[in-house]
Amino acid sequence: MSYETPEHLLYTTDHEWLQRDDERPDEVTIGITDFAQEQVGDVVYLELPAAGSALTAGEPFGEIESAKTVAELFAPIGGELIAVNAELEERPELVNESPYDDGWIVRVRMSRPAELDGLLNVHAYRELIVEDER
Amino acid sequence: MSAQPLANEDFGARLSWDRGASGRRAVDVPTWRGDETPLPDSRLLRNSLSLPELSQGELARYYTSLSRRNYGIDSGAYPLGSCTMKYNPKLNELIASLPGFAEAHPQAGAEDAQGTLRTLFELRQGLAELTGLPAVSLAPAAGAQGELAGVLMISAALDARGDGAPRRRVLVPDSAHGTNPATAAMAGYTVTQIPTAADGSLDRRTIERELDETVAAVMVTVPNTLGLWERGIEQVAKRIHEAGAYLYADGANLNAIVGRVRYGDLGFDVAHLNLHKSFSTPHGGGGPGAGPVCCSEELAPYLPTPVLEEDEYGDVRLVAPEHSIGRLQQFHGNVGVLLRAYAYMRSLGLDGLRAVSGQAVLNANYLRCLLHGHYDLPYDRPVLHEVVFSGSRQRRQHGVRTYDIAKRLIDHGVHPPTVYFPLIVEEALMIEPTETEPPETIEALADALIAIAEEAAVDPDALRGAPWSAPIGRLDETTAARRPLLRWQAPAQAAADQ
Amino acid sequence: MTTPSRSGSPHPYIPATEADRELMLARVGVADLESLFADLPAAWRDPEIDLPAALTEPELIALLTQRAAANVQPSTPSFLGAGAYRRSVPSIVSYLTSRSEFATAYTPYQPEISQGTLQSGFEYQSVVCELTGMDVSNTGLYDVGSATAEACLLAARVTKRRAVALLEPIHPHTADVVRTYARGAELRVDQIDSPVAMHEAHACLVVQQPDYLGAIVDLEPLAEAAHAQGALLVAVADPFALGLLRPPGDAGADIVTGEGRDLAGSPAYGGPSLGLFAARSQFLRQMPGRIVGRTHELRSPADGVDPRTGYVLTLQAREQFIRRERATSNVSTAQSLVALAFTIAVQALGPQGLRESAELCYQRAHDAARRIAALPGYEAPDRGPWFQEFLVRGPMPAPQLAFQLALRGIAAGLDVSSRAEPEARDALLFAVTEATPDAHIDDLVRALSDIGDRA
Repeated sequence: MSYETPEHLLYTTDHEWLQRDDERPDEVTIGITDFAQEQVGDVVYLELPAAGSALTAGEPFGEIESAKTVAELFAPIGGELIAVNAELEERPELVNESPYDDGWIVRVRMSRPAELDGLLNVHAYRELIVEDER
Repeated sequence: MSAQPLANEDFGARLSWDRGASGRRAVDVPTWRGDETPLPDSRLLRNSLSLPELSQGELARYYTSLSRRNYGIDSGAYPLGSCTMKYNPKLNELIASLPGFAEAHPQAGAEDAQGTLRTLFELRQGLAELTGLPAVSLAPAAGAQGELAGVLMISAALDARGDGAPRRRVLVPDSAHGTNPATAAMAGYTVTQIPTAADGSLDRRTIERELDETVAAVMVTVPNTLGLWERGIEQVAKRIHEAGAYLYADGANLNAIVGRVRYGDLGFDVAHLNLHKSFSTPHGGGGPGAGPVCCSEELAPYLPTPVLEEDEYGDVRLVAPEHSIGRLQQFHGNVGVLLRAYAYMRSLGLDGLRAVSGQAVLNANYLRCLLHGHYDLPYDRPVLHEVVFSGSRQRRQHGVRTYDIAKRLIDHGVHPPTVYFPLIVEEALMIEPTETEPPETIEALADALIAIAEEAAVDPDALRGAPWSAPIGRLDETTAARRPLLRWQAPAQAAADQ
Repeated sequence: MTTPSRSGSPHPYIPATEADRELMLARVGVADLESLFADLPAAWRDPEIDLPAALTEPELIALLTQRAAANVQPSTPSFLGAGAYRRSVPSIVSYLTSRSEFATAYTPYQPEISQGTLQSGFEYQSVVCELTGMDVSNTGLYDVGSATAEACLLAARVTKRRAVALLEPIHPHTADVVRTYARGAELRVDQIDSPVAMHEAHACLVVQQPDYLGAIVDLEPLAEAAHAQGALLVAVADPFALGLLRPPGDAGADIVTGEGRDLAGSPAYGGPSLGLFAARSQFLRQMPGRIVGRTHELRSPADGVDPRTGYVLTLQAREQFIRRERATSNVSTAQSLVALAFTIAVQALGPQGLRESAELCYQRAHDAARRIAALPGYEAPDRGPWFQEFLVRGPMPAPQLAFQLALRGIAAGLDVSSRAEPEARDALLFAVTEATPDAHIDDLVRALSDIGDRA
């Protein structure tokens, strides 16, 4: 099985992706990877905090549910949640159909952009999912 | 033979509201002929009520049709692992329906309910004997409520010795039923998971490492959910007590050991039983059950209210234990279920109950041997009441999942086993035949599973599309969860919501 | 001894014969049954266990018929209520629920062969929503006490508050169950006499409808008071009374619980019971218990057949078997068969029948109360509009009056004379329903009159 892993993103060992904003260097968009959406299965619901909430790196900030499983979403970096993808309320399937685009989950204003240095680049992430596959 | 509903009729689309006609009714109500009392102010009253309007015959047919779209233990084999789906003796239904029992009012004084109370007292004595735990409350309505009682009792006992504040953790094996960690959390504890060792027992090193002054209790299912004896549990019990914690037994699997070994003797402090499993009371499609909690003398003062006591005149009374955790229900538990369980216990006696565990274990092992080689068996050793196979070979080689194997069994006229549990076994198929199945049924079950394994190789789509012969095919559970439709709505309202 | 002394089939419930067993043991490759238990610790194997001897079916029927006769018989006039009421349950109910396809099924984990349980569960949720005026219902919890406790836990979760307020008069056992469940969640439980005593630490206000002493409560101002403090209103309502009374949802309740046992069948000394639990849709994903959803077959249109409608357990990610220690509740087995009985009973009565039956209950109870209050030496203290339960104060202290009635073969209403409410002082709480026989009411009035004459 091959999974899509866009080159321009950063990744986490919890199978989340982050995209930096060229205009606003302290903001990132976060979602789950193609591999993760396949593992979770058909997404039926996301439990997410309201915009304005504080995120702590490494701590769970929300949940993603399929009909038979539930997984926690972990904050890859700390900061303030500035937007939640409202589309997902009506169409949670976007996470499956378009994990890197329409299925984005939250936008965060980072308190310590240096935390990004600890994340995986695409090559490291590709190795990780090959290992997880075994 | 009676007529079947039309094969392609969309039976489920028409609820009771969509049947009948305005003005029809199924029962009549006497007319009041005395002095009229004015009704209260209209702001306190309902001004409309939408309920179906069916004649009695239509209502009988609708629910009879529904019953025919269901499968019970009287329909055929029901080898649902961990659920002990044994035959439900009809005698027990008769007993529970005797008017003196059925019509007893829960607020009646003990002197007016001695028939019920004496019977429950004897059940209580029997459960104490069978578990080796001398104190019992019959109040919990089901296993999970019995668990909550047990963990709250441990919490109260720790508080009483001034040790409640630091002990905030409960250790639970990774093979446990979900109710165990959920109960521990409900009782205010954090849960630490204990892995299963290669032999299927608890990982002793992890327990040794985790046992410290922050642990309140360890919850263990005996035998465990792999159908295996928890080796060395009596030594683990000693260690747990030395560390100042309590040992809880999830008694869901009592059927494997009833009459042969007792929780109390092994060092367990408290246990709950599932009378709707081991004691044959019908499960009713999801209850009512009964989950009595049994404990040591040390924990007895904390039992939930009420407990039964015999007074100096030989009468049985309902009393509150000295330091009771309180009530779990408004009244005295699922008494009708308890009466059935008593009738079961008396039908069998000790020899009969030992024959139950003996035959339940032989049946599971017989099935294990018949299926050996056809499916992977991750813990390949003699089992007790149930055996956990894995469909991982079928998944790897033929791309069919345990889910598909289970659905295909329906076409063989059998209820599928428990699947994907315990969580530690990949593609788990957890099979518990129980003692009430004859060898022919076990052989037929094995033949069906073998035929399915063979079919997986030559025609995997036959599995992926199954069941083919059930009243309805596979259902879209994803859409059900994404866009929940949870009640009947008038057609106009339903259309507006679409 | 491991097998009974009888040869061949040892017991009607265990089909394997001695011959079967030998063949099976040979296949398994062990010499005897005992070898299968070799893992059990030898020191504790086969202990002495003292159980009464086994009985055959006729012996057991004889014994338990005698036991059942040792209870007070249904023919005895009884005016006990206080949480359990004699109802006219349509005879069709037990006939249909005793069908073994319903009664002997497990929780519907395989929807293709469980549509009976599942579609009935959907019918139940629909009935409960209609009666309570709520958006969503689960398939039922254990009983009204535990359902109310779960409502308090839900309220505490969503408001992130650490206390709940119970408005008196509430059933003392309901309050007790809330306190038991509150231990684990570390919630404070305040029993208050007026909504004025609420404050912003309270997650919810719990109100019984009709209240413990029988009065019909105007829920709307209580909902306003609770909401003004940012708390939820939990109404603990008698579903039969809701055939007549305003749905709590219309009056502003956020969660409604109730006891369904009486409409479903016999009191059975309190159980099997049935805890109703319904809520506003915003709390759906916080609800405890099983929920049935409507959906359709997965088959593709290419099959040439339209997908048919079916029912499944849904929103299961809330539940213990998936979410484990983060589940909304630990509940697994609940009271499904009682919920089925409740559904059929309400649907058999239908919209007219339920209303007529509730009004009949109201009329009969008020008539009985009037007759009693008219007796010299008796009064029925007034607490405003009421439904089926009333207080009676007689010419002697309440316990003595109950004793005098017992001497005359009548079970009096519950003694509530030690309660704080002034109207309850020296009073018994009598229940009269649509199912109380006329002759029993006549017996009661005659007995009270006789007792009054001799006082």
